[in-house]
Amino acid sequence: MAATFAEAGNRGEAVRSDCWVKITPKNEGGIRLQLKSKVEALYGESIRQLVRDVLQFFGIEHAEVEMEDSGAVPFVQMARLEAAIRKLKLDGGKRYLPDFVQSVPAPQRDRFRRSRLYVPGDQPKLMLNAPLHEPDGLILDLEDSVPPDKKLDARILVRNALRALDFRTCERMVRINQLPMGLEDLEEILPHKVDVILIPKVESAEQVQEVEARVEEFLHKSADGREVFFMPIIESALGIMRAFEIATASRRNVALAIGLEDYTADIGAQRTLEGKESFFARSVIVNAARAAGIQPIDTVFSDVQDMEGLRASVLEAKALGFDGKGCIHPRQIRPIHEAFAPTEEELEKAKKIVLAFEEAQRKGLGVVALGSKMIDPPVVKRAQRTIELARKTGLLDENWREGA
Amino acid sequence: MSTGEMTVNAAGREVPQIINGERHVPYQGVNKYRPKGRKAAPPIATCIDYPPDGDKRVSSLKEALKKAGLQDGMTISTHHHLRNGDFVANMVFDAAAELGVKNLRWFPSAAFPIHAHLIQYLESGVIHHIEGSMNGPLGEFCSRGKMRGTGILRSHGGRWQAIQDGEVHIDIAVIAAPTADPFGNANGVRGKSACGLLGFAEADAMYADKVIVVTDNLEPFPVIPWQIHGNYVDYVVEVESIGDPTKIVSGTTVLTRSPDRLRIAEMAAQFILETGIMRDGFSFQSGASGTALAFTVFVRDLMRKHGIRARFARGGSTKYLVEMLEEGLVDYILDGQTFDLEGVRSMRENPNHQNTNPFTSYNFHGKGNFASMVDVVVLGATEVDVNFNANVVTHSDGRLLHGIGGWQNCLFSKTTMLLLPLFRDRIPVIVDEVTTLVGPGELIDVVVTERGIAVNPRRQDLLEKLRGTSLPIRSIEELKEEAERICGGKPQKPKFDDQVVAVIKWVDGTVIDAVRKLAD
Repeated sequence: MAATFAEAGNRGEAVRSDCWVKITPKNEGGIRLQLKSKVEALYGESIRQLVRDVLQFFGIEHAEVEMEDSGAVPFVQMARLEAAIRKLKLDGGKRYLPDFVQSVPAPQRDRFRRSRLYVPGDQPKLMLNAPLHEPDGLILDLEDSVPPDKKLDARILVRNALRALDFRTCERMVRINQLPMGLEDLEEILPHKVDVILIPKVESAEQVQEVEARVEEFLHKSADGREVFFMPIIESALGIMRAFEIATASRRNVALAIGLEDYTADIGAQRTLEGKESFFARSVIVNAARAAGIQPIDTVFSDVQDMEGLRASVLEAKALGFDGKGCIHPRQIRPIHEAFAPTEEELEKAKKIVLAFEEAQRKGLGVVALGSKMIDPPVVKRAQRTIELARKTGLLDENWREGA
Repeated sequence: MSTGEMTVNAAGREVPQIINGERHVPYQGVNKYRPKGRKAAPPIATCIDYPPDGDKRVSSLKEALKKAGLQDGMTISTHHHLRNGDFVANMVFDAAAELGVKNLRWFPSAAFPIHAHLIQYLESGVIHHIEGSMNGPLGEFCSRGKMRGTGILRSHGGRWQAIQDGEVHIDIAVIAAPTADPFGNANGVRGKSACGLLGFAEADAMYADKVIVVTDNLEPFPVIPWQIHGNYVDYVVEVESIGDPTKIVSGTTVLTRSPDRLRIAEMAAQFILETGIMRDGFSFQSGASGTALAFTVFVRDLMRKHGIRARFARGGSTKYLVEMLEEGLVDYILDGQTFDLEGVRSMRENPNHQNTNPFTSYNFHGKGNFASMVDVVVLGATEVDVNFNANVVTHSDGRLLHGIGGWQNCLFSKTTMLLLPLFRDRIPVIVDEVTTLVGPGELIDVVVTERGIAVNPRRQDLLEKLRGTSLPIRSIEELKEEAERICGGKPQKPKFDDQVVAVIKWVDGTVIDAVRKLAD
């Protein structure tokens, strides 16, 4: 039997830029809307119109609708209305989608992933401005930051955000839930140009392959032709012991990440600042990822007040071989980028190698040499990457060759 | 309530000329209106009428008000040094109500939410109307058309101007004093209710017919420094407590953690570096709002990094400004009000931390003032429009919610920057036309938002210096369109009745705009 009413969204004193809706279907009387909005004077009419449009789209002619709005933008209101309607099972399989706000470029396998910022998937307030802070990747999170009873609300909100939020330069990432719930997440978000799926708590290659199968199935059906990449996150002892299998489980893997909160609990250790307890696991991740030809990515740094601690932690990650670090507050992004930037010494060396390589190419030489030393192709590639990173962090300008 | 004959002023705004039965001059443009005549003056007093031993104490505030000759229709002034911790304004009208007087004009230098206590007296007719800032509940009350008279909002400098020009005659000034002696000398640097300085009360002391000092820390004569001279004072009243210290100043000022505010503040600091405003010997002013405080901190970091020293900073002071003074990054703080305990301490101990008043800082009808000498000031606003006009008193929904403070006066600095989020929740901050005009766009040079910086086209010199910058410089129209795109289209206009509930004064005493009653 269908429910008599359904609610979605958030309300309360501390809630902002969100809305809460309650829909009670009726047999007669048309649509009766009770709206309490912080922006009544400015957008009251357009909110009423949106509610009517959405209900009409789903073919609902008679209902009582209560909405408490703390200044939600339209894509949020659409998501909340749709969530309530789907809980009532009145959606008929239809989806009310906002337009894409930007033309979304194709994802790139080989791009910098120094910073990835987690944004809770059910908190619209934190989403709107997150891309301004220019993390390399912006993760709309459906997993740990979303309480169990908000999973559907968040899934629909994240889907709408993939369309209506301007990601600017950020890679478009979504962390799905553990399987099997994660498969439902995939169903919802795959059609909306997600670049990277973060798969949490991976302990076997099969889990990655299960996600891959679902993605292949979707891509086959949709004729979209768009790439989708994976970043498995390993958060347990078993996952660590199988890291290489996991790293090589799918051609879609572009990075392998570690989540230390769960891992340290799993091995029965306390997480410390020095991190001796996780040294082995982090090294395994670096080696497994490098062996698989993908990027090793470090865990998040969870004390948002401790900028010095963050810097030290990123320098350590870099020293261990990691290419990136997770963050949970926008202010962590810049210290991460700065710490991953090449040192002066690294930069000088990279410049020499790249110039020698370009010189060799001009002369049609097959071998690159610096002084009497031969330079192998992987070293050249690494040096080019260092130069690119320095350009991106503003350490070098485009005319750097002239001064070199 | 009587709006009198309406006229359209030089800003194109329809404003009343008769307000509360008195004639006022409509706004004529920036630097257009020249006053004539001589300043107002209080009656001549004589020592004969005052105790030769200097002891002016009376037993209670009620007694003092009676002795001062409190009558129906008088103007009573109070001051906002104690901010949201102030008990004294409420005590004054409790006493007035007990004495059965009516139709008083309340003339505070600013009001705070704690003064919602006075709504009962606005309703009962003890208070006829407010001339000063109307914050929170008082603004809401006024916006609904419930006040008997028409509110008049003035800047801090405009308040001094109105008093000295005789536009507002104060019958009785009541000054809350954290420390005072029986003669009436008073200051704000000591006592359990210490607030730093008493500059906002100085005009009242000089020009009011009668002056009452209320203190909860009476010390024997002489109280030094005498920020208020006892020679102006008629009566001194000792009470248990003049305010709630936890709401007068904050214990410590905490820096915002909002990434968007920090981003705005950082871009603004970078802006003044790149445009060369920040250079040896420069001066700046920023308040104590989250964004302004963060601006100060980013400016500090840039000054350290580039070895730059400022000649002076204008407060509101906080511990961050004090640290810069003590570190030698700024030579002087010229302080209008202190916001935290470190600010109070510094003002008490450091001769280079100078207290100021609206006369020295802001009064437009004087022989110059400091505001126009400041190289750069950062301010907030509730709205700014595509012509750079700005609003600080009403929200986009039409409600009157804030006072002007020193905001209008600061617009005269060499470069005025508004630091604003592009939208608040779903409310766009950059609009086609401001709901209420408080600051003319010709005085506003730069608008910094988290999504880009708009420079007033009048400031080609700044744009020139920004060539090749990595700062996101955009047109104000572009920013407005982006806000509207995110918020879901152009907002509706709030609906007003014709009734004028308050007017906004420009710094020269002319009427720049009117606030109308919200439609029910």
